[in-house]
Amino acid sequence: MQRLISMLLENEPGALARVAGLFSARGYNIESLSVAPTEDSTMSRLTLATSGDDAVIEQITKQLHKLVDVIKLVDLTDGPFVERELMLIKVRASDPWRNEVRHLTEIFRGRILDVAGGSFVIELTGARQKLDAFVDALDEKCILEVVRSGAMGVGRGDRSLRA
Amino acid sequence: MGAFLVPTLPAIISRTRFPLNGEGFRTVPAVDGRARCGYLAAPLAGADAGLAGRPATTGDCRTRSRPAGRTREVSQVELTGAEIVVRFLKDHGVRYIFGYPGGAVLHIYDALYKQKDVEHILVRHEQGATHMADGYARVTGRAGVVLVTSGPGATNAVTGIATAHMDSAPMVVITGQVPRHAIGSDAFQEVDCVGITRPCVKHNYLVKDAGSLARTLREAFYVAESGRPGPVVVDIPKDVTADRAWYEYPAEVALRSYNPVSRGHPNQIRQAADLIASARRPMIYTGGGVVLGDASEPLVELTRMLGYPITNTLMGLGAYPGTDPQFVGMLGMHGTYEANMAMHECDVLIAVGARFDDRVVGDPKKFCPHARIVHIDIDPSSISKTIQVDVPIVGPVRSILEDLLVAVRESNSRPDEAALGAWWKRIEGWRANDCLRYERGSELIKPQYVIEKLYEVTGGEAFVTSDVGQHQMWAAQFYPFDRPRRWVNSGGLGTMGFGLPAAMGVQFAYPDAPVACITGEGSIVMCIQELSCAKQYRLPVKVVNLNNRYLGMVRQWQEVMYENRESESYLDSLPDFVKLAESFGHVGMLVERPGDVEGALREAFALEDRLVFMDFITDQSENVYPMMMAGKGQTDMVLRELA
Ligand SMILES: Cc1cc2nc3c(=O)[nH]c(=O)nc-3n(C[C@H](O)[C@H](O)[C@H](O)COP(=O)(O)OP(=O)(O)OC[C@H]3O[C@@H](n4cnc5c(N)ncnc54)[C@H](O)[C@@H]3O)c2cc1C
Ligand SMILES: Cc1ncc(C[n+]2csc(CCOP(=O)(O)OP(=O)(O)O)c2C)c(N)n1
Ligand SMILES: [Mg+2]
Repeated sequence: MQRLISMLLENEPGALARVAGLFSARGYNIESLSVAPTEDSTMSRLTLATSGDDAVIEQITKQLHKLVDVIKLVDLTDGPFVERELMLIKVRASDPWRNEVRHLTEIFRGRILDVAGGSFVIELTGARQKLDAFVDALDEKCILEVVRSGAMGVGRGDRSLRA
Repeated sequence: MGAFLVPTLPAIISRTRFPLNGEGFRTVPAVDGRARCGYLAAPLAGADAGLAGRPATTGDCRTRSRPAGRTREVSQVELTGAEIVVRFLKDHGVRYIFGYPGGAVLHIYDALYKQKDVEHILVRHEQGATHMADGYARVTGRAGVVLVTSGPGATNAVTGIATAHMDSAPMVVITGQVPRHAIGSDAFQEVDCVGITRPCVKHNYLVKDAGSLARTLREAFYVAESGRPGPVVVDIPKDVTADRAWYEYPAEVALRSYNPVSRGHPNQIRQAADLIASARRPMIYTGGGVVLGDASEPLVELTRMLGYPITNTLMGLGAYPGTDPQFVGMLGMHGTYEANMAMHECDVLIAVGARFDDRVVGDPKKFCPHARIVHIDIDPSSISKTIQVDVPIVGPVRSILEDLLVAVRESNSRPDEAALGAWWKRIEGWRANDCLRYERGSELIKPQYVIEKLYEVTGGEAFVTSDVGQHQMWAAQFYPFDRPRRWVNSGGLGTMGFGLPAAMGVQFAYPDAPVACITGEGSIVMCIQELSCAKQYRLPVKVVNLNNRYLGMVRQWQEVMYENRESESYLDSLPDFVKLAESFGHVGMLVERPGDVEGALREAFALEDRLVFMDFITDQSENVYPMMMAGKGQTDMVLRELA
């Protein structure tokens, strides 16, 4: 099952390597990972998307928790949450794609950020599935670059991850 | 500048008040006649009398005071990073550090030279340092301390760090690093020590400035020794050890991201008590966690109160008396028939500080098929890792067992005496198999016999370390330990070369106790250089070399699984171990006949102040039985067939 795990991390240089190293050392799957400092500059918020059966996910959360640099952790998928990912995608703006791309961008509520040298840069935010669907809808041949931030999320309502 | 002190100060202050150089030093003669400097002892003694207003010291050593809370002030002293390291170790009560010098740690070595509170033990290879610290830690329960240089010093230490990590031994390893400005430039003797050790430590640090040294070291010890213990590496760039900073011993340590559980959940404990009391075919399975958590007392009390059978893992031996009738022996791959059979048939399994290792479990699908499982462990990730359990209790084993004792007494359920009697009868039936029996009348020395004699000669009172291989299993099977922290071996990583340095670490902790290292001719040469260190510090370790001229454990697997194809398991061109021992200045003995075994052991242990290397030429064809086949079920055991 797909999971979105979010954590507060000490904002130390080695902290990210510990998380990434854990996944490679134990053979866990990491689909995406995003990390940036929070309002408190001593802490980073890291969100990672992973998958596995319940036993694997339980081990992943326990092992992450064990890392001394991990302050708090939540499996967002355990309750209601909001998920977003940002994608910048550069596509050919020449015919026969030009109109098709503009049309799709509108449907997916994306924004064309830049038009230059026969290409568009489109910005799109949404849950992972939406971004996937957009990429799938485009003709493969018109795609030049796909840049995704990795999923992030936050619990709804009273669910807050605070140190 | 001055040391302004108010009378309510704790003793700590007295340690931070005095200068480390200039007039504060005196020269003391060292043991070997070489002159050494030490911290001036006299003023320290009078320090607690209160020296408010004492004039500031002269020279380049400065002290200052800072407010600490409303009523106290703390005096700080300005030191170099290297002096902070050494002063911290002293203030933290560290007696020995095991190390080997090199460029990146020379400032620290210089600071060590100028004092005599912390004794440095000069090993002969950094792996030896880590195993010595490990041995010291396992018998004392306090972190062993290692100091090595950057680059090859650090990489040589990695095997020992990983060994400690796998067996949850507390250790603090200080590694030198190239100066900060050179980091990342492929400088001379630079390795990414934090990166290399990351997967095999509990935690590690790169210290960025001298001002954070004391706090980092304090955290390192706290993390290493608390919760599920483990090794912590502190990597210190050379220029950090030259910089000056204010020092004061950090009395407290708090980490927002690390808080080991201190008590088990009462509901879980109550549930466990009910399940335990309702058992008809109970089994208690305990591991290294009981040793690490100093929980033998409540374990023994609970086990005796319940009257249940108990087995220990290789790491848990001694936590419950090995000679007690309720003890059914070690379990697992080379465990006893009765222990594995009882595991397989039990209906309630009480797992305590054990981690369901694959050498114990075999095929997880066939493991304890009838059992409901209670699991006590301080590390949540040990719980339901390979085997799903029914009643998990997270927390320190000692307090949980104490709580469990109360809960079992208060529980409404009572063990069914008749069922328990029938269960014991069944166990006695398995026991009657006498699965550890071996051929007695052999002309050749049987390795098991040597260990039995070792047990007799030492009255079961020795500290025993081992290397890795068949000899390790025989030690575990034939030397019953009645007390915890007496048996020291590398179980998780299975590191050949561990035994001798570990025994030396044990001997440092208990200078007057008998310490035996049970080893094989393959393992012993992997850290043989430490015989030289043992000479320097006059460590009277007794080396029991079970010399079968084979990498015996490898040969056994080849016999069982590869139709006797002895690929590279025969050890040709072995050294003359007697001469080898003698060349290091020790006593060597060659023992070739069964009749000489006991005499040799007695003679060796009578030489109380000498290291004795006993080379027992044993039966080459001997195998370890029972043997649970790797990956198979608990009942798939190969037993010895005797004519
Ligand atoms: C050649 C060879 C053969 C082997 N054969 C066998 C064999 O036949 N049988 C066998 O048992 N082993 C065998 N081993 C050892 C095996 O590989 C494992 O090292 C061992 O089984 C693990 O022991 P353990 O489960 O007690 O865990 P340990 O590694 O000792 O781990 C301790 C557990 O206790 C927990 N803990 C620590 N402190 C506390 C505390 N204060 N409170 C609560 N919990 C705590 C930890 O979190 C951990 O889960 C063999 C090893 C070698 C090299
Ligand atoms: C450093 C290391 N290398 C390889 C092994 C694999 N191994 C396990 S037991 C063993 C043989 C040990 O031989 P010896 O010390 O003579 O002991 P014996 O089994 O003969 O008693 C080997 C090679 C290991 N455990 N450690
Ligand atoms: Mg051998």
